[in-house]
Amino acid sequence: MNQYVVLRIVTKLMIPVILLYGLYIQFHGEYSPGGGFQAGIIFAAGFVIYSLIYGLDKAQDAVPPEAAHVLAAFGVLLYIGFGLASFFLGGNFLEYKVLLPDDHAGETFGIIGIELGVGITVATVALSLFYSFAGRERD
Amino acid sequence: MKIRNLFAVTMLTGIYSLLAASLFVVLDAVDVALTEAAVGAGIMIILMLGTLALTTSKEKVHGKGQNLLALVVVFVTGAGLIYGTLDMPSFGDPEAPAHTHLSPHFTQESVDEIGIPNMVTSVLASYRGIDTLGEAVVIYAAAVGVLLVLGSGAVRRRRKDGHVDDRGEEQS
Repeated sequence: MNQYVVLRIVTKLMIPVILLYGLYIQFHGEYSPGGGFQAGIIFAAGFVIYSLIYGLDKAQDAVPPEAAHVLAAFGVLLYIGFGLASFFLGGNFLEYKVLLPDDHAGETFGIIGIELGVGITVATVALSLFYSFAGRERD
Repeated sequence: MKIRNLFAVTMLTGIYSLLAASLFVVLDAVDVALTEAAVGAGIMIILMLGTLALTTSKEKVHGKGQNLLALVVVFVTGAGLIYGTLDMPSFGDPEAPAHTHLSPHFTQESVDEIGIPNMVTSVLASYRGIDTLGEAVVIYAAAVGVLLVLGSGAVRRRRKDGHVDDRGEEQS
């Protein structure tokens, strides 16, 4: 795709916006539609479009497949970690209000934390799936 | 009408997803619409196009004979499913169990209990936190399955002459 100047320039301008929008969906999910799942997909879409225009090897230089695999597991573990933290602080599993002295602050903290875990997992899983399909050659 | 060109089928699926997302917006389910637009019309189409690039975009034509057994199975299954819906409350029924105790609690008390204005988020992340944890684990398991079957797709680092080396092997 190196010969399409318009595509390359427009993509270069769009990718920061896409990633920023993904972060907005992620961290504004308590007030507006969205959350970790949608944010993760949008964030991954930014890297997918980068790899479509600039090549798969460039995208894998930015996010190596191994890093994506580790982060996918890390997201799930972060989620479980919040559950275990509230369990060991005296609540039920995933009962976030015990995390902080104030009930509402604890709930908000827990929700932001698990949404972040979901977002990391979804983004890296979507990217890993794309790498798996795009990195193969036709048999 | 039959379409044998799988590329056209993929594009139609994407358009269908986008229309479904618009329908969800009209029904005020903006969270679902966002998911449908991002997953159904975005990532899923990319993955399907990747599959077509790896395999073929023309459907093979098998024998034209009618399969009577398949017709019977589809008919019986469909009749069973329709029979199963007869017991459900009718669409929008205010007396439906879902609208008598759960919905009022979520809509009236979730802001006091959780302290965040978006009800969808408080239901998904707090009231049904374990359900969402299950979803996250399912997504992760799906990725593990695909990686085991297809390999990680890692492209080897560029050689010094700028030529892309051969693709990483699946065994690694």
